[in-house]
Amino acid sequence: MVSTRPAPELPPTRTSPRLSLPKAPAGTVYRGHEGMWSWVLHRITGVGIFFFLLVHIMDTALVRVSPQVYDGVIATYKNPIMGLGEMALVAAIVFHAFNGLRIILIDFWSFGTKHQRAMFWTVIVLWVVVMAGFVPRQLITIIEEFPR
Amino acid sequence: MTLTVADTRLNPTVKHRPAAGFSTITLIIRRYNPEIDAEPYWRDYDVDVLPTDRILDALHTIKWEQDGSLTFRRSCAHGVCGSDAMRINGRNRLACKTLVKDLDPSKPIYVEAIKGLPLEKDLVVDMEPFFAAFRQVQPFLQSSTPPPAGRERLQSAEERERFDDTTKCILCAACTTSCPVFWTDGQYFGPAAIVNAHRFIFDSRDEAADVRLDILNDREGVWRCRTTFNCTEACPRGIQITKAISEVKAATIRGPQRVKVA
Repeated sequence: MVSTRPAPELPPTRTSPRLSLPKAPAGTVYRGHEGMWSWVLHRITGVGIFFFLLVHIMDTALVRVSPQVYDGVIATYKNPIMGLGEMALVAAIVFHAFNGLRIILIDFWSFGTKHQRAMFWTVIVLWVVVMAGFVPRQLITIIEEFPR
Repeated sequence: MTLTVADTRLNPTVKHRPAAGFSTITLIIRRYNPEIDAEPYWRDYDVDVLPTDRILDALHTIKWEQDGSLTFRRSCAHGVCGSDAMRINGRNRLACKTLVKDLDPSKPIYVEAIKGLPLEKDLVVDMEPFFAAFRQVQPFLQSSTPPPAGRERLQSAEERERFDDTTKCILCAACTTSCPVFWTDGQYFGPAAIVNAHRFIFDSRDEAADVRLDILNDREGVWRCRTTFNCTEACPRGIQITKAISEVKAATIRGPQRVKVA
């Protein structure tokens, strides 16, 4: 026979929560390894580079409209903030380029999937080497071009 | 009256002490009852476990001794049937193959349903979209030629070895639901379907490789794979899934016979 009585109320397990439970009803962030984070970085740098190219094509196209307007727009770029922006742009392009080669190797070299992790760290080392050469030079340029 | 494990937990004045060899761990589980809750919420449970206990044992203890409404799937409980894939501490695993000692028992252990499939209740998701993708790749041997008279279709050890890795799949969906592409694009076939296509595409006895490659050579097919390797790392059977997907990618370009084996 099936009981129709409602189930008894259970007493609360504890009166006050001892630990803070996650607020977000959505799940936790997936804890992927090098492969997942390299893909996230590749996406972010890719979208960033796209927006740079969009602006870059538009300002270059201004030459056809009027060389004076073009010069005016380019002149507004000559400030330290754009100098730092250039640094971020180079950082994004260098990562995207090296990681792009890694992805091509994963897809087309039969040992690519086996060595993807080593290739990721190679990408990071190459990125650090290139940036170590570029960043000091760029900083010197920024400081020399824009004395206070 | 004797106090049971559950009783000591209900009474905050009684200090709970686990039995010898056991330790108390905290599980934080993402609960959801579609008939009551507007959205999922997190709830914590203390469980006494041995270091060699599995997360499935802890879930059983909660269900049997603390909260019978906790809902999850499990069948064989020995890593063969693939029923209890769930996200444990941020990674997809089988609850029945994850030992407490392999996690960090001093911190709370987060348990939630696998992502990307419709959540039905607590740790149970609707697996139908997953199986629909599996069926679409025609995961069965197809041959238009009859077997040699009086005997089965023979295959050399090397020919069998070619697709051995992808025969291990138990369809637990840990790979497909670890894939960032699948989370945002439910139309993508997903790693498991491609693994099972690989199992027949590279089988020397099968004659329908072209059909399967045609199905997978699609916007939502193998080319959706962005090689994040989450699937390979999530697979409880240790299948080199991203490698298998890469081989299927190469087969759509060159044909299965000309794909180099690494």
